[in-house]
Amino acid sequence: MSPTDIILLLDSSVRFAVPLMLAALAGLYSERSGIVDIGLEGKMLGGAFAAAATAAVTGSVWLGLAAAMGVSVVMSMIHALASINFRGNQIISGVALNFLAAGFTVFLGHAWFRRGGTTPNLRPDERFSNIELPFAAEIGQVPIVGEIYQQLLSGHSIIVYFAFLMVPVTAFVLYRTRFGLRLRAVGENPKALDTAGISVALLRYRALVVTGLLCGVAGAFLSTAQGANFSENMTSGRGFIALAALIFAKWRPWQAMWTCLLFGVLSASQIRLQGVEFPMIGEVPVQAIQALPYILTVVLLAGFIGRANPPKAIGQPYIKER
Amino acid sequence: MSARQPLPNWVTIVLMPALNVLLAFIIGGLAVAIIGENPLTAMWALFYGAFGTGMGWGFTLHYATNFIFTGLAVAIVFKAGMFNIGGEGQAYVAGLGAIMVALWLDQTHWVFVLFGSTIAAMMMGSLWAIIPAWLQAKRGSHIVITTIMFNFIASAFMSYMLAQVITAPGANAETRTIAEQGRLPLLSDWFDAFQYSPLNITFFFGIAALIFTYVLIWRTKLGYKIRTLGANPEAARYAGISAVYVIIISMAIAGAMAGLMAVNEAVGVQKRLVVGYVHGFGFVGIAVAFMGRSHPVGIALAALLFGALYQGGQELAFELPAVPSDLVVVIQALVILFTGAMGEMFRPLLERIFARRVNPAPEAPTTAETEA
Repeated sequence: MSPTDIILLLDSSVRFAVPLMLAALAGLYSERSGIVDIGLEGKMLGGAFAAAATAAVTGSVWLGLAAAMGVSVVMSMIHALASINFRGNQIISGVALNFLAAGFTVFLGHAWFRRGGTTPNLRPDERFSNIELPFAAEIGQVPIVGEIYQQLLSGHSIIVYFAFLMVPVTAFVLYRTRFGLRLRAVGENPKALDTAGISVALLRYRALVVTGLLCGVAGAFLSTAQGANFSENMTSGRGFIALAALIFAKWRPWQAMWTCLLFGVLSASQIRLQGVEFPMIGEVPVQAIQALPYILTVVLLAGFIGRANPPKAIGQPYIKER
Repeated sequence: MSARQPLPNWVTIVLMPALNVLLAFIIGGLAVAIIGENPLTAMWALFYGAFGTGMGWGFTLHYATNFIFTGLAVAIVFKAGMFNIGGEGQAYVAGLGAIMVALWLDQTHWVFVLFGSTIAAMMMGSLWAIIPAWLQAKRGSHIVITTIMFNFIASAFMSYMLAQVITAPGANAETRTIAEQGRLPLLSDWFDAFQYSPLNITFFFGIAALIFTYVLIWRTKLGYKIRTLGANPEAARYAGISAVYVIIISMAIAGAMAGLMAVNEAVGVQKRLVVGYVHGFGFVGIAVAFMGRSHPVGIALAALLFGALYQGGQELAFELPAVPSDLVVVIQALVILFTGAMGEMFRPLLERIFARRVNPAPEAPTTAETEA
């Protein structure tokens, strides 16, 4: 592999990693506040449909993004209502949201666009176009460093840059702000916060709004930046890989970014590794690489490499004493 | 209000789930109205498709059989206080065992195919469930996450097996079809009413599985241990019940239950194994178990409801092409949401209504009873 090949591989890794990063960060807010979210997949899917459908109808990709965030937040609020107000089972609620998105997107897509569940193809001006950083073409002539600038750093849609910006922002919010401190506390010991006079419910609601917003962006990325329309089940398990990444990162933002990038490299190299003979191992089936993120997460959770301790109060509805 | 009256049993067991299901159908109806079709026509098509004909009944019961298996897979473990969300993967991997044995024995007689593939399916399903169980019991890794991961690992593993290892010559990612003399008998061979429906002999296995589960949970020592662990892990520990043992055994039984779906669907109906044959039925099992309150009778009824939804949805696509059959997925999601995650939604309202009936207060607030 030449340096150029590696750079191109990393470039496509970034594209694979971005929706995972956004969804993983989204899950981070929810799970840190003590609410399990296996509905990331559904929220992304709902967002992807809303973005593509709105962009196709209005012609504005920004309205599409807004619609994606709106739909995803509404779904997140259903989850909040079930988990916080009705003290329901958060896993069941997540499963329900995933089904809800899978059903509604195709149901409405069929009825509105009559194209077998997909939305119309978006024109280039109805999508998030790639941004060329200044002098990308000129600097790109320089070997390696220039190529990194032109291929890897330049030429992505604005959502990609937003996703990478959200990592330090999330780290700052989580570790340096009052909201972040309370968020971490409510996931570990909600009673302590309640005693201090802070509303557990309100805090969790706020966390879930952020979760919804970020999942919406992730969905919009899939259908209006990476792709040019919505197709049935287009998230295809990304929400669960993001969840795996979040656990792998032990619920921390920077680590989540690196994990998502690692999973991105795995996805990007799938095509390249097809039929490649490894020394000692031989040919590795594509499916083995596909399963690797999940296997790694299982191994990590089992404590064979480090330990992943979830927030202590996760999954338990908070019941204020009467 | 001060002192809360406990609700009568029939209200919590029958009325509340019924109201939740009704609400799911009402919202599903609204979705139909949104796309400009008549909700009542659509619902009637759903209902008639599921129960209007013998063939409809046959399909409904066939789907219900799948859901009984995947529902029990969730319920048995739930009784032990754990959450098995891996029925999907367990059923998928079980398909491998079931079809391998079925294809091996299909030149003999269907009886051998039936029992051979049943044993193989149960073993493979168990195996796929025991690993997360062991990881939960011994290493403390959360069973929900592990079983989700195992669903995806199963999916990758099975695509590999179907595409590279047990592929039929000339086919794309599916096995050879079971030979004529090895096919399981359909119920329509004996009852004309079920003609053209895939309902097969595995249906009786479903009934047997329900009875088995009832006896296991409420009439055996192991069942007592399972329930004790689920109700109070601390008490179970003091009583000398090994959590490791109970978790692993209950997951093994659950995996075997999920595995039985392979006999019904892959061996019985599709007669070969195709990629993604489980088709989300493992996840529906979660809804079935929750709606059925993890009780065999409840699971039977919930499985029937979901079976009817699936079959009705197929008919709906024929009868009213303007209403996409994905309506079924929407209603199913709403049923899961309302009965599973928001099951207590109507409790405050019902408590108020029943408190007034038992003890009529002079100035009871007139709350809207028109809900639902």
